[in-house]
Amino acid sequence: MTQYLLALYMADGEKVPEEQTRRVWADVNALIDRMTDAGAYVFKSGLDGGGESATVVRPSGGDFVMTDGPYTETKEHLAGFWIVNAADLDEALEWAKLAALAEQRPIEVRPFFGGDLDDAIQANEPDPQ
Amino acid sequence: MTAAIGARAVTVEDVFRREYGRCVATLIRFLGDIDAAEEAVQDAFTVATARWPSDGQPPNPGAWIVTTARNRAIDRLRRESVRDERHAQAHHLYGAAADAAGDSAVTPQEETVPDDRLRLIFTCCHPALNQPAQVALTLRLLGGLETPEIARAFMVPEATMAQRLVRAKRKIRNTRLPYRVPAAAELPARLKPVLAVLYLIFNEGYAATAGSLMRLDLCAEGIRLARVLAELMPGEPEAQGLLALFLLLHARSAARVAADGSLVQLAEQDRRLWDRTLTAEGQAIVRACVQGGRPGPYQIQAAISAVHSVAPTIDSTDWRAILTLYDQLYALTPTPVVALNRAVALAEVRGAAAGLAAVDELRCSALDTYYLFHASRADLLRRLGRTAEAAAAYATARALTANPVEQAFLDTRRADTIRTGKA
Repeated sequence: MTQYLLALYMADGEKVPEEQTRRVWADVNALIDRMTDAGAYVFKSGLDGGGESATVVRPSGGDFVMTDGPYTETKEHLAGFWIVNAADLDEALEWAKLAALAEQRPIEVRPFFGGDLDDAIQANEPDPQ
Repeated sequence: MTAAIGARAVTVEDVFRREYGRCVATLIRFLGDIDAAEEAVQDAFTVATARWPSDGQPPNPGAWIVTTARNRAIDRLRRESVRDERHAQAHHLYGAAADAAGDSAVTPQEETVPDDRLRLIFTCCHPALNQPAQVALTLRLLGGLETPEIARAFMVPEATMAQRLVRAKRKIRNTRLPYRVPAAAELPARLKPVLAVLYLIFNEGYAATAGSLMRLDLCAEGIRLARVLAELMPGEPEAQGLLALFLLLHARSAARVAADGSLVQLAEQDRRLWDRTLTAEGQAIVRACVQGGRPGPYQIQAAISAVHSVAPTIDSTDWRAILTLYDQLYALTPTPVVALNRAVALAEVRGAAAGLAAVDELRCSALDTYYLFHASRADLLRRLGRTAEAAAAYATARALTANPVEQAFLDTRRADTIRTGKA
């Protein structure tokens, strides 16, 4: 079993009509139930506010520097995410399809890192050559 | 490296080209890791190169390679026992059936499950991978081509192609992209990218004919892979249709290029040069597809090629049948390019004026940058005696293609049009 992140993005300043929000809310809750029954559900939440609610903290010369706004300057922001258990990518993609329908947005699927320290060292090493 | 299997002995290289995909596919299932499988198979071929010339070739070279590769892989695993845990983990990646270090009693026959290459095809062409990555993986893992060969074939720097393969394999590993044939319900959707990849491989070779001698024969490679797919999926009419289309198009290759390397259009081809064996095989598949009654875009394109293949001359072509087939194709895949081809067929049935009207109706941004749109318009304008417009359209077409053979062809056409126009 691997855990996958299903991330959803929203355009900055995008407004959603009440009716759509109600439907998405209901569909998302139904999907959470379905995932729970299947043993796939780990976590789901939306993020409060758009990019303007973000603060980046970075170590700098023994102190910290705070910057107002998201880490990457884009026209979209991370609006929420799901974490699901899945046997493989195909299974995760099936949940992602359902999540994309429920959220009415594109969903980015990413595997969580499941290795140990050695794997982490290898994963971060520069490519040979 | 063409597999010229004739009177001479079958070399290790021939076996490599023929068996590489099958061996790697089996070893991936066994080891659960693509890189480890490739390494093991390469090891086994190194042993073969050293031993076969003196010991003689084993009766079943492919099975010998698989057994040797598996034994080498097991040795490696035992040597690196510290890493056993990690390999056991890698194993889970694909839910591979065999236990790497345990069942050395498995016989080669049991190992070569016919489905292995089919799993590999679907993994290489998984929709989570971008198309250039799908193409590169398919040629590398199933075709057994070396990275520099693939890079040359697609005219990208070797380092770029190597990176593309490394990234794709890493994504497969990291995301746990499964190694399995999709269930029947998903099959139609999952077969599409597979067919598209094979079509792209073949078409890259077809469009580039005589473009550069450095380029690998991608047509032959596309046919080889399509044959594997058609054999592995006998019940999939589109897989059969794709193979038939390749065979019928490839049958014309000798007639497509003149002695001086210039391009010869279908209308001017010497049809006696068409390869009869390839044509007959393609026609037989098309007939079986028609009887099957489950048409699809590749089967229809193959049927169009089959109609051309039975006409001894361009004038005896059954254009009505071709127009009907283009109508069917357009109903399934309503793209501007299909509409353009339909309009060209229409010109043969109802005359150049009707064809030109249909072509002009299609003018859109997608076709405006497509050289064949302007080349087709130019041909129709020329036939209608509208010389100046025809010459201008040939010039537009020429500016839109990078292929020197096509450029030369359009230059000649334009010059001929102007000359006959003045006469």
